[in-house]
Amino acid sequence: MIKLLIKEREIVVPGQELAEGMEYLPSSGTYRDQNKIISNKLGVVSVNKNIIKVIPLTGRYMPKVDDVVIGRVLEIGFYGWSVDIGSAYPATLSIRDATEFIDKEEDLTKYYDYGDIIAARVNKVTRYKSIDITTKGPGLRKLIGGKVIEVTPSKVPRMIGKQGSMISMIKDYTGCNLLVGQNGKVWVKGTSLEKENLVTKMIMKIEQESHIDGLTDKIKNLLEKNGKL
Amino acid sequence: MASYDKRFSGRKFDEMREIEAKVNIIKRADGSALFRIGETIAIAAVYGPRELHPRFLQNPETGILRCNYDMASFSVPERKKPGPTRRGVEISLVTEKALLPVVELKQFPNAVVDVFIQIIQANSGTRCAGISAAALALAHAGIPMKDLVSAVSVGKVGNKILIDLDKDEEDFDDSTDIPVAITGRKKEITLLQLDGNITKKELIEAIKLAKDGCEKINKIQQKALKDAYKSEENE
Repeated sequence: MIKLLIKEREIVVPGQELAEGMEYLPSSGTYRDQNKIISNKLGVVSVNKNIIKVIPLTGRYMPKVDDVVIGRVLEIGFYGWSVDIGSAYPATLSIRDATEFIDKEEDLTKYYDYGDIIAARVNKVTRYKSIDITTKGPGLRKLIGGKVIEVTPSKVPRMIGKQGSMISMIKDYTGCNLLVGQNGKVWVKGTSLEKENLVTKMIMKIEQESHIDGLTDKIKNLLEKNGKL
Repeated sequence: MASYDKRFSGRKFDEMREIEAKVNIIKRADGSALFRIGETIAIAAVYGPRELHPRFLQNPETGILRCNYDMASFSVPERKKPGPTRRGVEISLVTEKALLPVVELKQFPNAVVDVFIQIIQANSGTRCAGISAAALALAHAGIPMKDLVSAVSVGKVGNKILIDLDKDEEDFDDSTDIPVAITGRKKEITLLQLDGNITKKELIEAIKLAKDGCEKINKIQQKALKDAYKSEENE
């Protein structure tokens, strides 16, 4: 018997049966038990032909190769830097993967000091979850000043909008510098504190109301109201 | 044996106390939940997966689950001395064993998931409330889980088999208290403790009662998780 037990975009909980029959294939967030497909996460179902997936609503960031992330330097060793990127494991930025050529004996704090915020790209994730990141690449650097706001990683696509519509709109209206990491960290730097606070408020709003249709327009209205700072 | 014809609380023998479940009650935790059954209230907070220290506890094959059960000093009529107790350590351990069959931590080698359970008000069945709260908090933290776990206490008071004992019933002469934890979908038992005397036939009857009770709790748990994100469905 082939049967889909849920609707597309429905919220499911761990242990909930999603589909019956061997025609369906379990993808991330699901598993197969005999002829049934069962969710193992709290999330939203997405059915693509016969592939069933659960997109988690909560949870830590799971690093993927080529993601741009924002992290904070935790430790400095002989090998390079250890960076907190909000996942279960700290990421390693080795000297080789840092921006410039660095002499062996040199003091690494000159480049990235403890507590510095950096934008980096995930280079490699091994089976044992050692995460290598790099700051070689366009736009990857130390982020000076500004502040970092944390949001749920699964809401990052909404934050960015279609082809970056949301983010570029906020940039245009406030003139703030904005960088969204795939790990749910957003770096904001504006010319004044008021502008930064406005952007923070908007980002919180997007996180809270990420499910509402026409959010881009709503944020646009709010920005226009507050825009004349 | 003393007979027990009518419950002190006036409930039916297969009737549980009023249940309330809520998630996302602790903002800074990765996942959190409150579970109330009658006057017993448990709150659970989940942190992680995160790095495990001390290092010698790390397991490169899988992540580990660490549970911590504690009762607040104001949770009982007579002040409880704060800090871990013999009883608390035991309950932490059985909670961990009750939850371990459903959590999948294979994808988090060397890491730990910490579960902290606080009983802020106690009137029997605290370990069961703790397990139900912890299962909710784990799901809310986005930890991969095969299933949810629900727990309830059943027992024998006087000559009757009944569900969800309260303090008065637990203190009754010769009462038997059996906490049971059962997974939501497959109805597998992950915790079964027994304190007192009971015959085989009665035990089977009690477990059957627990299965029905856990099914109801499971429904409430599912609803609590879904309600927290209800509005997302319109997306």
